[in-house]
Amino acid sequence: MKCHLCANDATVHLTDATDGQKRTVHLCQACAEQKNLVKQQELNLPAILETLIGQHLGRTDELARLTCPACGIKYMEFRAEGRLGCPHDYTAFRDGLEPLLQRIHRSSQHRGKKPRHRTDEIREVELLELRTRLRQAVEDEQYEEATRLRDVLRSKEATDESG
Amino acid sequence: MNLDDLAHTCGEWLRASGPEADIVVSSRIRLARNLAAMPFTNRASAYQKAEIEGLLRERVTHLELEAPLTFLSVATMSPLDRQFLVERQLISRELATTEGPRGVALDGRERISVMINEEDHLREQVMRSGFALDEAWQEIDRVDDLLEQRVTFAFSEELGYLTACPTNVGTGMRASVMLHLPALVWTKQIEKVFRALQKINLAVRGLYGEGSRASGDFYQISNQVTLGKSETDILKEIREVIPQIITYERQARATLLRESRQGLQDRVSRALGTLQSATMMTSEETMDLLSSVRLGLNMALLNDVVTIATVNEVFLNTQPAHLQKLTGSALDGEERNAARARYLRNRLREADAQPN
Repeated sequence: MKCHLCANDATVHLTDATDGQKRTVHLCQACAEQKNLVKQQELNLPAILETLIGQHLGRTDELARLTCPACGIKYMEFRAEGRLGCPHDYTAFRDGLEPLLQRIHRSSQHRGKKPRHRTDEIREVELLELRTRLRQAVEDEQYEEATRLRDVLRSKEATDESG
Repeated sequence: MNLDDLAHTCGEWLRASGPEADIVVSSRIRLARNLAAMPFTNRASAYQKAEIEGLLRERVTHLELEAPLTFLSVATMSPLDRQFLVERQLISRELATTEGPRGVALDGRERISVMINEEDHLREQVMRSGFALDEAWQEIDRVDDLLEQRVTFAFSEELGYLTACPTNVGTGMRASVMLHLPALVWTKQIEKVFRALQKINLAVRGLYGEGSRASGDFYQISNQVTLGKSETDILKEIREVIPQIITYERQARATLLRESRQGLQDRVSRALGTLQSATMMTSEETMDLLSSVRLGLNMALLNDVVTIATVNEVFLNTQPAHLQKLTGSALDGEERNAARARYLRNRLREADAQPN
């Protein structure tokens, strides 16, 4: 295989996969060195990443650290499985979901039916968090804590229904 | 509700009535909804799923509908019964095969089906025979309004109804129309139709959601976009494109008649003859031959020896789970093919003898 920049044989092969689109660049040692991608057989990782991935990396890195406070799912788990963990993920992972929604629906604004009652997101997130903590307490066999959390949850649900 | 009783009826979508029913078999709309303060099904513990099922089951079976819904637990059902409901399109394959507490609430006429703990907590579905998207929408909208008075759905002003998968967010609506398009398949124009539909963001799938070569030449056309358009606009887009596909199918039928009437007559007559006399019959071959018979009847090439309603019924009853329900015993491959052929011979000859 020939180098993309000159006629020499390519020995450096870089593949970049972004959003399912794969791009491969083939270079010879000299051209790769000239581009500062390889220094005397050693890879200059930051330079390679900068060349190929650009600003994309910073964003993914930031998103990769995100965890939903209400249900505990990690953004990367969502990306791997394709299913969200709870309604609050749409707020928690907003930056990652926005471009995805644009790609799927070419829109990020609902224009259809609306429920007649207003929803109270703060209260719902609180209930979701309580449920996640309750579930964790049961898994950790902390039954006293679990009982306490269950009672809190019940009293909050009761006020929810009367309200 | 006894599932064995359902086996002797046909269900809404194969009733063969309704507008353009010779080509448009059925119209279906489903809405995805979730409880606001619960994790989505895939993230819920077994305990939480039981809680969700308990709550929704109570609400769904107490809706003020003319025909109240009956709840069936899919978790405790036999694999044969699950497959039976999948074949009738009353539950999805996903609901049949996932784990944990889950179920479906149905009306006796099989027009409404509400799945609980599918990918979303609720999948409300309404089915109508023929080309009847507006009626289906009115009914599902009403079921949804009634449910909304009893539970708080996950909803945001910006993104609409929030769903486990971002491909359903917004309206949460998937509207689909099932078409029988044998002439477009025979004249090899079906791919062209697919490409045109994909360009306008409509999806095409087979009878049970499979890929390109659909069994029995049945195709489901549905919307892909759920966010940024109202339900009315989405339905309008589908409603506008269906008559064009119907016209193409009718043109293809006319071409077949004009250019190869003899060949066509032979093909549909042989199909009926084979169905009436074979002693072993696979599900796939049955679908293929019934598709020809259905076309032959609709083009008046078979002198009404059987009715379209009978053909539709036979389509359903020769599916593996239905066949086993009707014969009342579990059957393996060869036995099943023999039982299918026996059923076909009886059903299609008996129909043959009936005056029309």
